[in-house]
Amino acid sequence: MTDPAHLTAPVVPARRPPHGAPGPLARLKATYFPTPLQGLLTVVLGALLVVLLARLADWAVVGAVWSPADPAACSADGAGACWAVVAEKHRVMFFGAFPYEEHWRAALACLLIIAAFVVSALPRCWSPHLAWLWIATLALALWLMLGGAGLAELSTSDWGGLPLTLLLSAGTVSLGLPLALVLALGRNSTMPAVRLICIGTIELFRGLPLLAVLFMASLILPLFLGEGVTVDKFVRALVGMVLFFGAYAAEIVRGGLQALPKGQYEAAMSLGLPYWPMMITVILPQALRIVVPALVNDIIRAFKNTSFVAVIGLFDFLGATKASLQDPLWVRHTLEAYLFIMAVYFAFCWAMSRYALWIERRIDTDRPSHAP
Amino acid sequence: MRSIPLAATAAALALATAPAALADTTDTIQERGTVICGVNGSRAGFSSIDSEGRWIGLDVDTCRAIAAAVLGDADATEFVRTTSQTRFTALQTGEIDVLTRNTTMTYGRDASLGVDFAAITFYDGQGFMVPASLGVSTVDELDGASICVLPGTTAEQVVETVFSERGLSYTPIVFQDQTELAAAFFGGRCDAFIQSTSGLASTRATLAPNPADYVILDTIFSKDPMGPVVRQDDARWKDVVTWAVNAMITAEELGITSENVEEMRASGAASIQTLLGAGDSDIGEPLGLSNDWVFNIVSQVGNYGEVFERSLGAGSPLGLARGQNAMWTDGGLIYAAPLK
Repeated sequence: MTDPAHLTAPVVPARRPPHGAPGPLARLKATYFPTPLQGLLTVVLGALLVVLLARLADWAVVGAVWSPADPAACSADGAGACWAVVAEKHRVMFFGAFPYEEHWRAALACLLIIAAFVVSALPRCWSPHLAWLWIATLALALWLMLGGAGLAELSTSDWGGLPLTLLLSAGTVSLGLPLALVLALGRNSTMPAVRLICIGTIELFRGLPLLAVLFMASLILPLFLGEGVTVDKFVRALVGMVLFFGAYAAEIVRGGLQALPKGQYEAAMSLGLPYWPMMITVILPQALRIVVPALVNDIIRAFKNTSFVAVIGLFDFLGATKASLQDPLWVRHTLEAYLFIMAVYFAFCWAMSRYALWIERRIDTDRPSHAP
Repeated sequence: MRSIPLAATAAALALATAPAALADTTDTIQERGTVICGVNGSRAGFSSIDSEGRWIGLDVDTCRAIAAAVLGDADATEFVRTTSQTRFTALQTGEIDVLTRNTTMTYGRDASLGVDFAAITFYDGQGFMVPASLGVSTVDELDGASICVLPGTTAEQVVETVFSERGLSYTPIVFQDQTELAAAFFGGRCDAFIQSTSGLASTRATLAPNPADYVILDTIFSKDPMGPVVRQDDARWKDVVTWAVNAMITAEELGITSENVEEMRASGAASIQTLLGAGDSDIGEPLGLSNDWVFNIVSQVGNYGEVFERSLGAGSPLGLARGQNAMWTDGGLIYAAPLK
């Protein structure tokens, strides 16, 4: 028995790869110097980039003034970035008019809130027990910020800078999310009165700019309350921000509720679950999972929106920075201070948006439809 | 669940900061132990925070003087930052006891807002600044000029009135932010810059690339007398604020400073000893204050001249001349009714 010819035919000799050599050098050439014209462009733009980077480094590092001892050094000829303004004013930027000796309290409150955010961000910690964590964190942070029980007493008008920004964000999110849940469920309710109230609230606050809401909370509300009755300015701003955040987040949650297959509702009802147990044990856990990325997006926005409170006279992080730059000795060097707080804001927002990406991928893998 | 602590605290805060309606402000303050003042917070020389977060400025010192008079402690103050939109509401609703926020006294505000102007601590007016190279010495030569002006301010109204009265035309260049506006002017975006004269002097001193290249035109338009404002329904409290300011002015007039006040009380003229509460002086009695209230103001805050010098004058980066704010004996407008 002999093999058919086509089986014994000689093996086809290996051929050279199409052309060009493989490897990083070749890839580089293909990307940046495919034709003479493009090669020329690469050289020109590359040279430009080198020049610009060199000048940037010269401004930001080499010629920069770091010591705040002499403000005039920043205005000298050939002086680069005036980081001295940050060195001189960083305490005011971060803490506003908070009493200098008590800054440690504000810093500790900031760390506590950040830690609580980090813990609540981890999926393995997602449970109703988080509520206790937040109660404890906020109570502790408020004690640190307000004093009493052994600490010097302070008022909210002393608050400023980053602690104010973080407390406003934390308050907005921790009060706004429950409000959003209630509004979203109410909007889907079969009871007409509840549905109308919820739709009205959502549409009213979504239809108003945040600035208008804040002005309303700080100007109109006190006039309604009458003479002699005042609500703390921080609380007024917080209420405005919570309502605004709640209205937007409610629509996100509603999206999650509607994205769930109808079968989930029917299955829960067929088990004989009444409304609240059905919502709490079956529907909301799934619906919220779907909308976590969108909610994180909204939380980032709420964080950035805190800078609006400057218009009603609260020193948030940005407002405190602006106020600190009124110092006639440093007023010329606002750019460097703004660059610095930009970096801080960016660090916060970037961390949150990276988290949103990560959580999106992670949730995607344990979606019900992917489960075996 | 998460909402409980904040909501509870919010309610507690709301209750804690609700003063009894229409109570006597002076009594309320003495009970509370602090004076709550509404300030600008972002105006160098008047009220701003220094690098360690302490409040400084003329308006801040006015508030501290009031606290020294009522409570005997210039540091028993609380500063609430107000914006030009929120300032009067804050006062009307009792959120603040007194508004010390470079607020111009006008008929309209005094008569229709339910507030009273208790004293004048600073006299300001609107003026024009031009580059010296423009060779302009009066406003009449500014026909067709572009003018840098902050929107929504007295300056905006003044420039409109001044130019239309003279039948001249101009182009307003508007920036919301003081620093940006100044940068635009010094960058050559406009021919002239209108602002309060105090503001012009400080802008020129701090932001001009070369202050000598710019001149402030001599003519001053509009009168801007500024001072502390109180609610209209409380005559005693208004008197306290009025006389706290008068005490600072009188102290300067009599040559009493924070340095020599101890000495003056011990061995000055009899009238000065009485003023400062020495011996059986009962100077505080008519207002229900302690008898050393003038002494407390001068020793803890200083007289008007000292406050002016350290906030706005030669002792500050602004370097403002006293000008209209000199004592009446030196040709200025600062004048206090006799404290007797």
